[in-house]
Amino acid sequence: MEEKNKNTEEGIKKEYLKKKPVSVEAHQIPTLSMTDGVLIPNKKNKHIVTSWRITFYGAIILLACLCLFVTKTNSKGVTTHPYWEIFKFTIQGAPTTFQVTIFAIIGAVIIGTATGLGSVSKNKIVNGICGIYVELIRGIPLLVQLMFLYFALGSIIHLEGIVAAIIAFSICFGAYMGEIIRAGIQSIPKGQIEAAKALGLTKSQVFWYVTLPQTIKVVLPAIGNEFISMLKDSSLVSVLALSDILKRGREYISRTFMSLETMLIVALIYLIFTLILSKLVGMMEERLHKNG
Amino acid sequence: MAKIEIKNLNKDYENNDGSILHAVKNASLTVNDGEVVVIIGPSGSGKSTLLRTVNSLEKAQGGHIIIDGVDIMDPSTDLRKIREEVGMVFQSFNLFPHLTVLDNITLAPMKVKKMKKAEAEKLAMELLKRVGLEDKAKQRPGQLSGGQQQRVAIARSLAMKPKAMLFDEPTSALDPEMIKEVLDVMVELAKEGMTMLLVTHEMGFAKAAANKVVFMDGGEIIETGTPDEMFENPKSERTKEFLNHIL
Repeated sequence: MEEKNKNTEEGIKKEYLKKKPVSVEAHQIPTLSMTDGVLIPNKKNKHIVTSWRITFYGAIILLACLCLFVTKTNSKGVTTHPYWEIFKFTIQGAPTTFQVTIFAIIGAVIIGTATGLGSVSKNKIVNGICGIYVELIRGIPLLVQLMFLYFALGSIIHLEGIVAAIIAFSICFGAYMGEIIRAGIQSIPKGQIEAAKALGLTKSQVFWYVTLPQTIKVVLPAIGNEFISMLKDSSLVSVLALSDILKRGREYISRTFMSLETMLIVALIYLIFTLILSKLVGMMEERLHKNG
Repeated sequence: MAKIEIKNLNKDYENNDGSILHAVKNASLTVNDGEVVVIIGPSGSGKSTLLRTVNSLEKAQGGHIIIDGVDIMDPSTDLRKIREEVGMVFQSFNLFPHLTVLDNITLAPMKVKKMKKAEAEKLAMELLKRVGLEDKAKQRPGQLSGGQQQRVAIARSLAMKPKAMLFDEPTSALDPEMIKEVLDVMVELAKEGMTMLLVTHEMGFAKAAANKVVFMDGGEIIETGTPDEMFENPKSERTKEFLNHIL
């Protein structure tokens, strides 16, 4: 029955590959990089580390130079730093951006865990519901979903803009997160569960002490990646009348008509944030590897 | 200690194309209290499947598996309880990579038997000493060699104080120079009177420690006998042929 085992194992693997939309960094499985996020710098890949450094320090220096050295004298003879003014104004959107991102990632992890567990569940109904949810969400553009959920939620219950945005984001990203968690759970070798069962652990003990800790380790970098993606995508909430970084920039433009200058600063702010976060994810990955 | 009786066991698999594979056909086998029984046979002969049905990692379709008078095929039997009492060692060790060696061993006693942490750790250290790895307690499985991992896996099983132990090709994944250290631990266990059912290709172990050798082929038990009978004077042609290939 080794032969038969091999067959079923292969079957499972095939099934797994077929359904696998996101790759999760597992121990031995070579992965074709991650999501649509930025590249994660880690020590093994010198090329990415170098480009990360150049981009990061380049962005910082450019931003500093623009803010400090570019001056403009108006008709009254008053000298101002226009980029510094823009920066001061737009950066006030950062708390909103981070608030939406952080709460939504928490919501997405919760929904994603439920969906991921549902997708590996043997219960056909639960399985089906999770599958439909994932297919539905992945097939509709994020901006469309956001506006739909925002207005749908708004017509049923009165919610503050930011709460509606967080819920909408959680639901949208929960589907992707569900796939990450599912792939993470399925990447745990069957032998681990068998060994735990053979020791007499109950099903829930196997889950809590064996499957879950190993799954967390596998999915954490991918969740970090989703966080970065979400930080960028959170700029979409500007259409929902929330003053995030992008919305603040657009407000500034409508007042001063300095479109190019403002968008340059907005882009630099986002770039610096995502680069810092990608570095943090890279460091986390390294630590996880070190701890076996 | 325990007695394992397997009676007329059948196990079928459905292949992906819908065809049925008879993995185990009408197998009967008794492992008496304190006995060491080795199952040998070619790849795909159903020996691992037979072993795995004993603690119900594989569900058999027909027949009986009676451990100390309790039929595990009876739907009312608490399988978890059986697994608690029958230890298992796997070909691929299956240590938990996220836990230290010590935590690997204490996990089940603490969670299943509700043993106190200090008590479980004391037990774990005794067992590690027994398999010669007390200095590795704080390391992770990934830092150990295959032979060391397998010895930890044996210690982990023993921590549950099982009445019987199952070994599924415990040395097949090991480099030759590490096989001995694992076999030594197993021989020691056998001498202490542990009831053991093994699938292995280590004929040296079978000769040294087994009371009975069972030859399986094509899902059937072809022949059963003492190691001497089996290796010196096999009755069946298929047994002879198999032994010629491996000895």
